[in-house]
Amino acid sequence: MRAIQEQNAFIMEARELNRLIETLAEKGYETIGPTVQQGAILYGHVGSAGDLPAGWSDQQGPGTYRVSENGDSSFFGYVVGPNSGKSFLHPSRETLMQASRKGDLLEFVDDPAPPERYALIGLRPCDVKAIEIQDRVLLEGLYVDRKYKERRDLLFIVTVNCAKPGGTCFCTSMGSGPAADSGYDLALTELNDDRGHRFLVEVGSDSGSELVAALTTKQATAADIDSAGRQADDAAEAISKSIDTTGLREQLYDSLDSPYWEKIGARCLACTNCTMVCPTCFCTNVQDVSDLAGNSAERIQIWDSCFNAEFSGLHGGSVRQSIHSRYRQWMTHKLASWEDQFDTLGCVGCGRCITWCPVGIDITEEANTIRKRAGQLAGTVEDAP
Amino acid sequence: MHGGRWQTSTVLPRVDKTEHSQAVMTPAPYRIIRRRRETPDTWSLRVEPYDRTVPVRFRPGQFSMLYVFGVGEVPISISGDPARNDYLDFTVRSVGMTTAAICNLRNGKTVGVRGPFGSTWPIEESKGEDIVVIAGGLGLAPVRPILFYTLADRSDYGSMSLLYGARNPEDFLYPKALEGWRGRFDMDVHVTVDHADRNWRSNVGVVTRLIPMANFDPEHTSVFVCGPEIMMRFTVDDLLGIGVSEEKIFISLERNMRCGVGLCGHCQMGPEFICKDGPVFPLSRVKRWFGKREV
Ligand SMILES: Cc1cc2nc3c(=O)[nH]c(=O)nc-3n(C[C@H](O)[C@H](O)[C@H](O)COP(=O)(O)OP(=O)(O)OC[C@H]3O[C@@H](n4cnc5c(N)ncnc54)[C@H](O)[C@@H]3O)c2cc1C
Ligand code: SF4
Ligand code: SF4
Repeated sequence: MRAIQEQNAFIMEARELNRLIETLAEKGYETIGPTVQQGAILYGHVGSAGDLPAGWSDQQGPGTYRVSENGDSSFFGYVVGPNSGKSFLHPSRETLMQASRKGDLLEFVDDPAPPERYALIGLRPCDVKAIEIQDRVLLEGLYVDRKYKERRDLLFIVTVNCAKPGGTCFCTSMGSGPAADSGYDLALTELNDDRGHRFLVEVGSDSGSELVAALTTKQATAADIDSAGRQADDAAEAISKSIDTTGLREQLYDSLDSPYWEKIGARCLACTNCTMVCPTCFCTNVQDVSDLAGNSAERIQIWDSCFNAEFSGLHGGSVRQSIHSRYRQWMTHKLASWEDQFDTLGCVGCGRCITWCPVGIDITEEANTIRKRAGQLAGTVEDAP
Repeated sequence: MHGGRWQTSTVLPRVDKTEHSQAVMTPAPYRIIRRRRETPDTWSLRVEPYDRTVPVRFRPGQFSMLYVFGVGEVPISISGDPARNDYLDFTVRSVGMTTAAICNLRNGKTVGVRGPFGSTWPIEESKGEDIVVIAGGLGLAPVRPILFYTLADRSDYGSMSLLYGARNPEDFLYPKALEGWRGRFDMDVHVTVDHADRNWRSNVGVVTRLIPMANFDPEHTSVFVCGPEIMMRFTVDDLLGIGVSEEKIFISLERNMRCGVGLCGHCQMGPEFICKDGPVFPLSRVKRWFGKREV
């Protein structure tokens, strides 16, 4: 069972959640949390606990997603929808710089818009891990993404540990859930049992502890901690998908020429859904546009995807012409080369790419199949999962 | 840096992060002070910063991102003399929207410059060795700084050879400089073309055919190769065949790039970001990926 430190854990009544949101808003945060929109649970603006989808749940499987109301009083009875922290910290469209022209002279300035000060409330542990992974990509390399950094420096994270995993989750394989152990300001576990509807609150930072001081809480008892720990264990038990990551990197590298990629490529539509919903995918394109008078121009950064043909475009054609080579690039990046580049895998097991793939391609199944085939080639069939 | 196990290269330490106070995606304005037509579709441009008190520095092999107002931005290798810190030279072939716009910019116009970015040809570490530079077509531009650098300290190196191939005789870049290098007694220059008319009196055929003509000791030679990927593949095979070690064969790779600084994701080849880990790599580091289809 997870070790929760008693002196660091508090109990907050369910109704106090509203105060938590309002206090963050009073402190100047733009409060973002789960909401029901367009038939999905999406992170968006929440002004009070009343905006949260209490009593809603989601059902997910390869290529399927549905939400429904189940009448339960829990605030967080669903897992993850199509958007994530990425939509706010590394948004799909962003102005980078502005250029202005006077005769032959040009002037360039960084886009002056001040950074948003987000509080992300109800982020799942896998999504917290995804932010840590994007930090490595966008902040900890040779060069820094300025806008991401500005927002990241101001960010407040309230994560909510998972009680019921979804049908496509595999966070346990990626070490990112179902309970968070770092990367948050506050971590909540929603407890809704015969001892009442309440939250176990774990503090992860000084600003987290400041916020708790402004709320009505009491010290958590050993029984509360026990319930939270058991809930996390049960959630971990309930996860059905997995990828065995030991030696995965080398096995994928050794399988670059496997004919199996073509089998996946024949199903993949190169629609880019998987990369858009993935909380760690970071690739972007830029567009340079000028006004009609031609005196000012902007550089805009937009999300891009390795499934687009032009992504690898060179004079004379794209490097990755075939769809299977793009799928291979995507999966080997997530599960192999990311490790060389950033000392972590590029996947947190949130399952979004499986759920939102229109043809239900499942990264866990495909990775396991590739492993198995690699194992057979190497004559180690019995070791294959 | 992450990924320590790949850091086995002998690539030179890079120039420090760009030193203007602005964000890395915001260009600095440079003025075009000279333009010269190299071939029917290729121009060389010389640019200097508006702020001429800022020294311009780069190392051979590096590139910049060149921005044309409202049109776009593309990676272009720095092709000039690394000893000059008052201007930068670029050689640009017009193949699409942005490169055409760059080639159309007149003297006095402004281009946005970001960089220099990327790894460098390890010429410092190659002192005492024979040097062979092999270029195909426009690939002479990114290796020209090697020639400026090594010829300035010629006695630091063993034999020196330049092997250069182009499609047609009129596609040779820098004809004057070529003439100068050919005239030197301490340098061995061989050129070839794919197609030629009767007036051409030199070699016809692929650039790899020039390798046996050059005078060098394969065990004590650093080879720097730049050109179309297919040309580099054949060249590398021949070099390995005559006993040049894969640690001493350096190639400059090209991939689509949007940012030049490892943030946009476009230029990946296996674990490498061509923009920040490359564009120059020792063959030993990238051999698993180099030449593999569609990686
Ligand atoms: C490290 C590096 C150094 C380079 N050095 C030089 C140089 O010294 N001189 C030179 O003339 N060219 C150089 N190039 C190639 C140059 O960047 C491309 O020709 C240019 O980006 C094409 O842009 P465009 O807008 O003119 O063409 P577009 O209108 O965008 O497209 C024309 C074609 O070029 C493709 N293309 C788009 N981006 C790139 C890219 N980054 N590289 C190659 N093709 C691309 C497009 O997919 C399309 O097929 C270099 C490229 C790299 C990566
Ligand atoms: S690859 Fe799929 S499961 Fe992994 S983090 Fe991205 S969307 Fe989630
Ligand atoms: S794997 Fe699925 S979601 Fe991803 S591009 Fe292919 S069809 Fe679209």
